[in-house]
Amino acid sequence: MMNAAVSDVPMVHADRVSKSFGSNEVLKSISLSVPQGEVMCLVGPSGSGKSTFLRCINHLERVDAGRLSVDGVLVGYEERGDRLYELKPREAARQRRDIGMVFQRFNLFPHMTALENIIEAPIRVNKVKKEAAIAHGRELLAQVGLAEKEDAYPAHLSGGQQQRVAIARALAMKPKLMLFDEPTSALDPELVGEVLDVMKGLADSGMTMIVVTHEMGFAREVADQLVFMDGGVVVESGDPDEVLGNPQHQRTKAFLSKVL
Amino acid sequence: MTVSDSGRSATPASVSPHGADQAEAIKAIRLRHPWRNVVAVVLMAMLVLFVIDASQREAYGWENFGKYIFDMRISQAAGYTILLTVYSMIIAIILGVTLAVMRLSDNPVVKGIAWLYLWVFRGTPVYVQLVFWGLFATIYSTIDVGIPFTEPWLSVETNDLISVFWLAVIGLALNESAYMAEIVRAGILSVDKGQDEAATALGMSWLQTMTRVVIPQAMRIIIPPTGNEVISMLKTTSLVTAIPFSLELYGRSRDISVVIFDPIPLLLVASAWYLLFTSILMVGQYFLEKRFSRGVGQARPEKTGTETGVITLKTGVIETPGAASATDDSSTDPTGKEHQ
Repeated sequence: MMNAAVSDVPMVHADRVSKSFGSNEVLKSISLSVPQGEVMCLVGPSGSGKSTFLRCINHLERVDAGRLSVDGVLVGYEERGDRLYELKPREAARQRRDIGMVFQRFNLFPHMTALENIIEAPIRVNKVKKEAAIAHGRELLAQVGLAEKEDAYPAHLSGGQQQRVAIARALAMKPKLMLFDEPTSALDPELVGEVLDVMKGLADSGMTMIVVTHEMGFAREVADQLVFMDGGVVVESGDPDEVLGNPQHQRTKAFLSKVL
Repeated sequence: MTVSDSGRSATPASVSPHGADQAEAIKAIRLRHPWRNVVAVVLMAMLVLFVIDASQREAYGWENFGKYIFDMRISQAAGYTILLTVYSMIIAIILGVTLAVMRLSDNPVVKGIAWLYLWVFRGTPVYVQLVFWGLFATIYSTIDVGIPFTEPWLSVETNDLISVFWLAVIGLALNESAYMAEIVRAGILSVDKGQDEAATALGMSWLQTMTRVVIPQAMRIIIPPTGNEVISMLKTTSLVTAIPFSLELYGRSRDISVVIFDPIPLLLVASAWYLLFTSILMVGQYFLEKRFSRGVGQARPEKTGTETGVITLKTGVIETPGAASATDDSSTDPTGKEHQ
């Protein structure tokens, strides 16, 4: 399932991205790059801006300064001449189709079954035929190990199962990039493994992923690149073994000593 | 054998419901509530006395009540009451949804106009509004279509265009829509913001997000108060005499009573019909609420394992106490859907 043509254009490229909520500067000149097919893990204390950065990539938040692009295309804006034009909601929605997002609190649609959750967007947004969407949806449910749960409503699934359905729902749009916003933070400890296993499988299949996580074991095993953020800046980044095993900065050391 | 020396098992976890070591059922003297009984008897006595008295009291005019309760004019008037209720509620719901969405808009002008509408229509009595609608044709004698401050292309007499019945519907609907707007707004706001975000992240448009994700979930909050509003509207229709429109239940009863010089039995006739309709609506609302509150706050296991003794019915799940253990923590999430 590897992408046949891996281009040189990084899947996500952030160039001095800043973002403020009022007077609170959450992202301060973030620059980083995620090549196609790679997995980047974002770690750091809460409030460090990891989730905000993730949400900026999907244009759920607007970037105030700098340039953020996905697959070579600017997020949320269009550059014509030397001016930036904000995208119409429809165009922003089109950009989001190619980006899958998984939330900390799953956010499954509670009034739909697992399968209905998965086929909703492909049918409504991508105008896929219902039969085709159902067939693909069943495949995805099997892929996340929930083939027999297609008629279950979210309330009748465990947290781990809900999150796996949420992953399948995001995959149903055939995204080229998957964003995970602390996907296991709301789970009971014994349910974390099943979700991480699905994510590992996804990484092995060549999916480009950005994962905000506190699971250092997962980061070490799966990530190609580990970024440590604190106070809205990238403190340290590089090979996960390097960053986790031999942190250079005081702040990284202090954080890792608490979580490892 | 007393309760205390019934020999507690060393392993309390192993429950044997019909085991020999089970404690004897408690046969204590029930606590008496003498005052409760006294109050009940007094109230009953008062009610019975009232009924006996009322049945014999001349002024109630029971023979006229019997004569007019199924009178053709009254049952037709009841039909008008129903029509007024249904039409005005339909318009009020459509307008209410529109106003609710307007109030949630980011556009300050749109938001402000919706606020102004609510301020006016909730801030003045419905009776006064209905009197105004009755004078509509006096205030605006013609309705003109065209460019303002120029000769109109089309000019119609207001009285020819809108009948008194529709003025009543409009008057009731516009007032009600202000209340419906608040109900709908509360419903929309009750839906978790994460739902909106998840739909947006999937590339769904605002309209798709609203119609497919937010509104279906908001319905659970919207339906019960809307049922109340329907019942309330049914009774409010009696105020359209202010317009004046008098073909509905209360107006018709009044007209008949004026002719026969006996107002009280006709009031009873009208009340009986109102009670009949509200009773029907209350039953309907009970079932609607039951349907839309399904699964809220109560955990029902998805698996219906045979050993837990869960009986699955079309309308829901009857479960034995043992089944509760099959429920896991996350299943306390509300779900509005039925589950078979």
